[in-house]
Amino acid sequence: MSIHIYDPTLRDGNHAIGHQLSTRDIETYCRAVDGCGLWCVEVGHGNGLGASSLQLGLARHSDRELLECARQHVSRSLLGVHLIPGFAKISDIRTAVEIGVDVIRLASHCTEADLTESYFDYARGLGKQVHGVLMMTHMASAETLLEQAAKQVGYGASAITLMDSAGHYDPRSATEKIGLLVKHLGVPVGFHAHNNLGLAVANSLAAAQAGATILDGTLRGFGAGAGNTQLEVMCAVLERYDYETGVDLFQLCAAIDSLSDIPPVSKPTLIGTSNLISGVYGVCAGFEKHVARAAQTFGVAPRLIWKELARVNAVAGQEDLIIDVANRLRKGAVA
Amino acid sequence: MLNVAILGSGNIGCDILCKVQRSAQLDCVLFAGRNEQSSGLAFAAARQVPVSAGGLEALMQRLDDVDLVFDATSADAHLELAEALRPHGTPIINLTPAHLGELCVPLLNGDDLHRAANINMITCGGQASLPIVMAVCAVVPSVRYIEVVSAISARSAGPATRRNLDHYITTTEAAIRHFSGCEQVKTILNINPAKPEVSMQTAVSVLFDSLGNRTLGDLLDRVHQTVQEVREYVPGYELIVEPRLDADRLFVMVRVVGRGDYLPPYAGNLDIITSAAVNMAERLAARGVGRATPNALRDLVLR
Repeated sequence: MSIHIYDPTLRDGNHAIGHQLSTRDIETYCRAVDGCGLWCVEVGHGNGLGASSLQLGLARHSDRELLECARQHVSRSLLGVHLIPGFAKISDIRTAVEIGVDVIRLASHCTEADLTESYFDYARGLGKQVHGVLMMTHMASAETLLEQAAKQVGYGASAITLMDSAGHYDPRSATEKIGLLVKHLGVPVGFHAHNNLGLAVANSLAAAQAGATILDGTLRGFGAGAGNTQLEVMCAVLERYDYETGVDLFQLCAAIDSLSDIPPVSKPTLIGTSNLISGVYGVCAGFEKHVARAAQTFGVAPRLIWKELARVNAVAGQEDLIIDVANRLRKGAVA
Repeated sequence: MLNVAILGSGNIGCDILCKVQRSAQLDCVLFAGRNEQSSGLAFAAARQVPVSAGGLEALMQRLDDVDLVFDATSADAHLELAEALRPHGTPIINLTPAHLGELCVPLLNGDDLHRAANINMITCGGQASLPIVMAVCAVVPSVRYIEVVSAISARSAGPATRRNLDHYITTTEAAIRHFSGCEQVKTILNINPAKPEVSMQTAVSVLFDSLGNRTLGDLLDRVHQTVQEVREYVPGYELIVEPRLDADRLFVMVRVVGRGDYLPPYAGNLDIITSAAVNMAERLAARGVGRATPNALRDLVLR
């Protein structure tokens, strides 16, 4: 079985450092990993194209600067972008395509796939691979995910990736949800894990065993909250299970060792107690820094903020709600 | 009394009807859709309003009785309506995502638009944010960036809203630029499937160079006053996070709880734009637009 390895280190990883990846970081990283056999490298603001904002964090560079830099230094892997309608506009797709991206991933909250329809309409005709992504997929049943993924396939998605944005999955959920999509969807299915419960590699393996053929992983697990699936570990485990990934593991390790002075390596990601709790409650991993800031500003324990965010079913992108919740908790206005 | 027609029998048309029927200055003389089976037509008929499935044609036949048209259809249909009404001079208040007409927030420019042939109500996010944005701009002299983030309940976002997400963003951003004069603008919309449903919330963030000789107190006063003024036509509009200053960054958050006319109260996004549209029609009525002016004038010319 062969697996495409999708590497969002320079996109999801951007969450870990407040979207401060520099063009030098991108150049250094892309040069180091371009010959390692990764199928696609994804670049951008942590929440994707068009997401640089006070709400989500201002990026150090514009989308254009980030992508132009990456395009210059990635030639053997494909170059990908992630975008969420509502943050991104259709004109952001145009910008990315002008710069020469190869893969466009159009994402929505797991029950709101129809928000991507008009973006698919635009992106489909551009001669690029256009994939669908469903986020926060622990919040919906396998059947609902299948229904939503089928909508994206109907809009023209040539593959669908399920994201465990909160790091709430265990291998059983990966097996069930990926398995149902693989059985019925008719296009390649991918999986993107987060490591809040320390299960990202195990969940990715379960997804592969259930038939996923695209797996996301980031170098050293660099990413939002507790981080993503640790790319090099995942590749090694897949090799042990006889999957063909195309990645040269030793070369990838050498690349990592050469990167000591840029963020995926210089800023290691680990599972902090706040990340663990957000994983237990199933709240978006990308909220971590915002929760930490609100907890300090309002003098409220992060645990209480996570709990309340879970109770009100906060979805990815609702960072403003964190301030509202912390403010209400401070006033004792939460039941 | 202004005789109004409502075109479009979806959620927006039905909600406008409820509000028109509550108004002492407005009378609905035609509620027209294009689908005989539409539940909206049945809803209007049950409220004793003349209904038709004949769409624009039905309106054109009755135009002599109509002083003002609320357009709650689609962008394409709106272009056709605007074209058809131009020779007759009947004013339109449009709630479609067509880029046509004078951008309108009743509190900000509602009393300047009595000569406009076509009045555009922007978006729900625009109606919720612009009064706050302009209150801030009135106090803070050097705004360099404005960001508006709205969250609405998934159940209040119909298929047209979902397909028009890009339109929603570009229209809201254009309106913020238009009113504030600030070029650096960003709009975000979150559609939240949580149950129980979330009410519409809108957060306004602003970056500025300095407060000049103004204080946070000035800002609080102005924002509170603005919220009171909006509440006169959107009773469920409330301040939920008072202006907070963090270095060069200002954050304010409002919520809109709907009146529960056609959709339940969580659909504040629907309520605020239909309330604004109806308030605008009432302002026109107060200025004597309608029967007394264009139609009477037309009669005079014809004689």
